[in-house]
Amino acid sequence: MTNILEVKNLKIWDSRNERVIVPNSSFHVKQGSCLAIVGESGSGKSVTCKAIMRLNKAGIRQSGDILLRGINLMELSEQEMRKKRGKQLCMILQSSMRAFDPSCVVGVHLQETLVEHFGWSREEITTKMKNAMESVRLKNPIEVMNTYPHQLSGGMLQRVMIALTIVLEPDIIIADEPTTALDTVSQFEVVEQFRQLRERMGCSMIFISHDLGIVKLMADDVLVMKEGEIVENGTTQAIFSEPQHTYTRYLLSTKLALNQHFKRIMGGVSVAEG
Amino acid sequence: MKQLQNVWQDKVAVLSLSIITVTTVAGIFAPFVAPHDPEEVHMELRFASASWEYLLGNDHLGRCILSRLIYGIRPSMLWVFAALLLSVSIGSIVGVLAGYFRGKTDAFLMRVCDVILSFPGYVMTLAIIGILGVGFENIIIAFVLIKWAWFARIIRTSVMQYAEADYVKFSKAIGASNLGIMIRHIVPVTLPDIAVISSSSFGSMILQISGFSFLGLGIQAPEAEWGMMLNEAREVMFSRPEMMLVPGLTIVIVVSAINYLSDTLQVVLDPKLMTSSHKLQGLETASVVKLEGKAGA
Amino acid sequence: MGSYITKRLLISIPLVLVISFVTFGFIHLSPLDPAEVVLHSQGIPTITDELLAQTRAKLGMDQPFLTRYLNWVVSCLQLDFGDSYVTGKPVWSMLGPAFLHTLKLTLVSTFAIVVLSIVLGVACALNAGKWVDKSVRGISFCLTSMPSYWLAALLIWYFSVKLDLLPTSGMESYKSYILPVIVITISYAGIYFRMIRSSMLSNMNEDYVLYARASGLTEKKITMHILRNSLQVSISVFCMAVPIILGSTVVVENIFAWPGLGTLSVKSILSRDFPIIQAYVLVLAVSFILFNTVSDIINAALNPKLRDGL
Repeated sequence: MTNILEVKNLKIWDSRNERVIVPNSSFHVKQGSCLAIVGESGSGKSVTCKAIMRLNKAGIRQSGDILLRGINLMELSEQEMRKKRGKQLCMILQSSMRAFDPSCVVGVHLQETLVEHFGWSREEITTKMKNAMESVRLKNPIEVMNTYPHQLSGGMLQRVMIALTIVLEPDIIIADEPTTALDTVSQFEVVEQFRQLRERMGCSMIFISHDLGIVKLMADDVLVMKEGEIVENGTTQAIFSEPQHTYTRYLLSTKLALNQHFKRIMGGVSVAEG
Repeated sequence: MKQLQNVWQDKVAVLSLSIITVTTVAGIFAPFVAPHDPEEVHMELRFASASWEYLLGNDHLGRCILSRLIYGIRPSMLWVFAALLLSVSIGSIVGVLAGYFRGKTDAFLMRVCDVILSFPGYVMTLAIIGILGVGFENIIIAFVLIKWAWFARIIRTSVMQYAEADYVKFSKAIGASNLGIMIRHIVPVTLPDIAVISSSSFGSMILQISGFSFLGLGIQAPEAEWGMMLNEAREVMFSRPEMMLVPGLTIVIVVSAINYLSDTLQVVLDPKLMTSSHKLQGLETASVVKLEGKAGA
Repeated sequence: MGSYITKRLLISIPLVLVISFVTFGFIHLSPLDPAEVVLHSQGIPTITDELLAQTRAKLGMDQPFLTRYLNWVVSCLQLDFGDSYVTGKPVWSMLGPAFLHTLKLTLVSTFAIVVLSIVLGVACALNAGKWVDKSVRGISFCLTSMPSYWLAALLIWYFSVKLDLLPTSGMESYKSYILPVIVITISYAGIYFRMIRSSMLSNMNEDYVLYARASGLTEKKITMHILRNSLQVSISVFCMAVPIILGSTVVVENIFAWPGLGTLSVKSILSRDFPIIQAYVLVLAVSFILFNTVSDIINAALNPKLRDGL
């Protein structure tokens, strides 16, 4: 199986105070698989993902190689990188409630993004988005597109982002804690959409979460981060059944206990799937 | 504490603080510091340039400009500070009461503030001077009467954030008295907010009050005040423009020092008010603060 | 939206009533007897009790307070604010033109302030921390610490006396506007510029900007989104700039001898011309409320969140 994304010796530091956030990370994502990055907040998960998109804040620098389908993203100009964002690398944010311009209806962002990458007409975009939104079980898609972000729930906005991703058909999706800000029921629905998304499009995914219950359901491989370093890396099964590192064991013991409630709801899915 | 140490490393902040301290001390001890009587007329020395005896020269009546500047500190800065202190105190009391008790008390007090704040600052001051008559005391009274309302408004917002805090609820639950809670828990945490708000309006108040004296509505001759000195210099603006220079620069230096310190204070104390989570409201409050404070510098 | 406007207007009406009452009551707090002031300003040498009583009756002072208030409100609604104690002319014939002159000055200045603060605010926010930002902020800091009348005097001395380019005072041609507008703009643009800058900066850190960037939108488009959101908050504040400046041109008008409200009000205060002071306060307070209402409505129209909230 080929690697769609390869990260080699990624170093991330804050140029203002010379603090190193991620000292030296190397990992890869296989074609069509899902890599979960777990770790507590502040462990460098988000910064790593933003580094792949080259979207960290101005003061934060990075070095190393990031190869997407063999092309080194670090060597691209900002212009070329911008064209990859959205089209090939798609990001889904945690704070769906704040991810859309609050002064415009939701459709504006969808329109602008799709025009930027594909140059489609308004009607084409509306039809494609309508289909995609229906496939993620959003009712009245046209109405949703003409609604302001604050009038929709976090779960609905999250699904709008997923629908946009479906239309964009990227090589890899980076989902930064997409379920953390949602209530349990919406979490369940959104995770379900992610699973269907992968099944349907067969695309690769990086899934950041500190929720091991969801990770177990979603991921093929798991990468455990602590204070910027990768402490363990392996298949989901291996990590969950035979954790090597003490930190992983610690995470498993604490987090799984917290997720009993969630798993009870997810239980139904596992049965249906099995 | 660490941030206070940073302030000492900021040379401009230290300079500003020294300017303010020196000015305040000179103002308080004016009779000992000033080389001459500020109202002593020497017609033979009219518009005399600087000399060893009169370091900054003499004005249109031959009075010592330096001495007048030093005596001018009292009304131009110290009295303004007193007015500020008084209006902040009234504003704090009202703001804390309104923010802590909420409900009817809050509604009533805020309606009163609404009425006062619906008169633009300058207009209200002019109205009060119009009724009470021209004079420095009346300007100070007018300022106190108007300013407390918007201090109360802002302090209320600040108090409301803390009044909902768990430790306040806890104190209530274990039966602490309202007054006790306010003094022990609310006032100390709102102090940084209050300090930032009041310091940021100090500079503009100095500018405004000197402006009224400049218009001839404030201090009356022959008393020395910076705005008044500029008013006198304005009469000879075309023949002796240099007379505008010294009092004008004094105001600019003192107000800059105060404004710089106030900005530093804001960074150091970082009050919740300015980085409020309700961004929209926070921003508007902050800009209204600035606007009202500025209203007519 | 319609119901919002109705609600907002209904809130303003009691405020206007309270303000008219306060304004009317104000004058009665004065230690001076209006009748005495009238007689003094008419230059009558000996004031007898009989004369005082006559004048009081002429001013309607013998009627009960509430009757006088109601009469006053009714006539105010017809723009009849009584006669000046000093000149004897109707107040509106003096206040009306002065109001127009001040309004002209205010509108031109507000326009200059809006343009300047948006241009500088956006330029500084986009270059935050760089030299453009630092120098503009430094200059703006120095200018806000300067008394406006002093700045005005310096400008008059340089442009009108030394270079003899612009008129020193009065309101003759467009040239007369230049210096007063510069002074007002300089003393106010600083605050609005800071507001735009900080609002731009806080918007830049919003997640919608990150998501727009992650979706591959161009920087130009993203900047437009940031600008749109920053200006939305600012529009209502800019709207309020009009009444604030309207009420605070006093110093500038006096130094440039602008025939507006500021000059008139100071003159009336010095001569204790109560009807003019009263009308001046009322007119400005009402326009303050009016602009406040309008700016709230504009704000709600632009900001869907606010509209739904109320």
